Amino acid sequence: MTILGISGSLRHDSYNTMLLRNVPLDLELWDGLKEIPPYDEDDDVEPVPSAVARMRAAVAGADAIVFATPEYNASVPGQLKNAVDWLSRPRGEAALLNKPVVVIGASTGAFGAVWAQSELRKVLATAGARVVDAEVGVGHAPERFDADGELLDENLKEQLQEAADTLLAELPARVAIAA
Amino acid sequence: MNTISVTRTALPTGTWNIDPVHSQVGFAVEYMIGTFRGSFSPVEGTLAVTEDGATKLAGSADATSVKVQDENLGMHLLSPEFFDAERAPKIAFSATDIVRDGDHIVVNGELTIKGITQPVTLAGTIADPIEDAYGNDRIGLSLETVVDRTKFGLNWNLPLPNGKPALANDVKLTADLYLVKEA
Repeated sequence: MTILGISGSLRHDSYNTMLLRNVPLDLELWDGLKEIPPYDEDDDVEPVPSAVARMRAAVAGADAIVFATPEYNASVPGQLKNAVDWLSRPRGEAALLNKPVVVIGASTGAFGAVWAQSELRKVLATAGARVVDAEVGVGHAPERFDADGELLDENLKEQLQEAADTLLAELPARVAIAA
Repeated sequence: MNTISVTRTALPTGTWNIDPVHSQVGFAVEYMIGTFRGSFSPVEGTLAVTEDGATKLAGSADATSVKVQDENLGMHLLSPEFFDAERAPKIAFSATDIVRDGDHIVVNGELTIKGITQPVTLAGTIADPIEDAYGNDRIGLSLETVVDRTKFGLNWNLPLPNGKPALANDVKLTADLYLVKEA
């Protein structure tokens, strides 16, 4: 089973990347976001840009994805939105189609990127992903991690566990067994 | 499939199969400032009426058969946000009772969309059999109902600039069916 972790932040010491490392799943962190070119339908023809091909392959090959997003101007960072736009095409064969995904987020402000998370859920659902009903918002991020990047707050750890469990429950194999 | 026996006017006996070429299930829903329509086809199904009046009516369509005018919208409708065709590939109806009074017909039954089954009442008209151009006996059945899409887990919406939701919850469903008698 492969579960991809995608951080919407490009910063080396990103709190969102840090948050992904605290998710109680064996995540494969994807680090190709900065290389994704701006979406241009003229470029969305075979062969697509190599960075896009690698991203689409990584997403298509994953059983599920955890997105961690910061919040820029009350919304999703442009580069992350741009990546989702690439992942939403081609329609009917998009890498995100039916893919179980969960959205979490961290921000330096008080609200834990909840508006960006909400917008990212909307965007992912429109792109065809199976967005699970879970939310983890880590506000005041600089105070929530220790020097090694470990999450300090037990309540937030429980929320991460719940989000992980909710995501796992949506994996096709689990659904088939449940049925 | 349930067996029903209540009719005021007899239904034509025999096994009547939906003619998929001419039959269609449609939907209409208020969207922004107008009525948006789409359809599902082909539709398959059977009305079976025995000599003693026992009746069965059931039909289905593939969720992936949804027809709208835009490919992108069509794919969005198949996604988990709408019909979730990957996990709920069939839209199905099965009657629990049918009452015919002249040309009018009322069908109670169970409708399954997105894997969720809800009771519905369909009302419409039924035409007596005619012989078609190919020598087959054929009847026409038109039914409609209104369902709340959110009861089937189709919850998508977006607010308009005026704050009101873009898409209504009530959806009118129509079934325009041609049924051909099995030889």
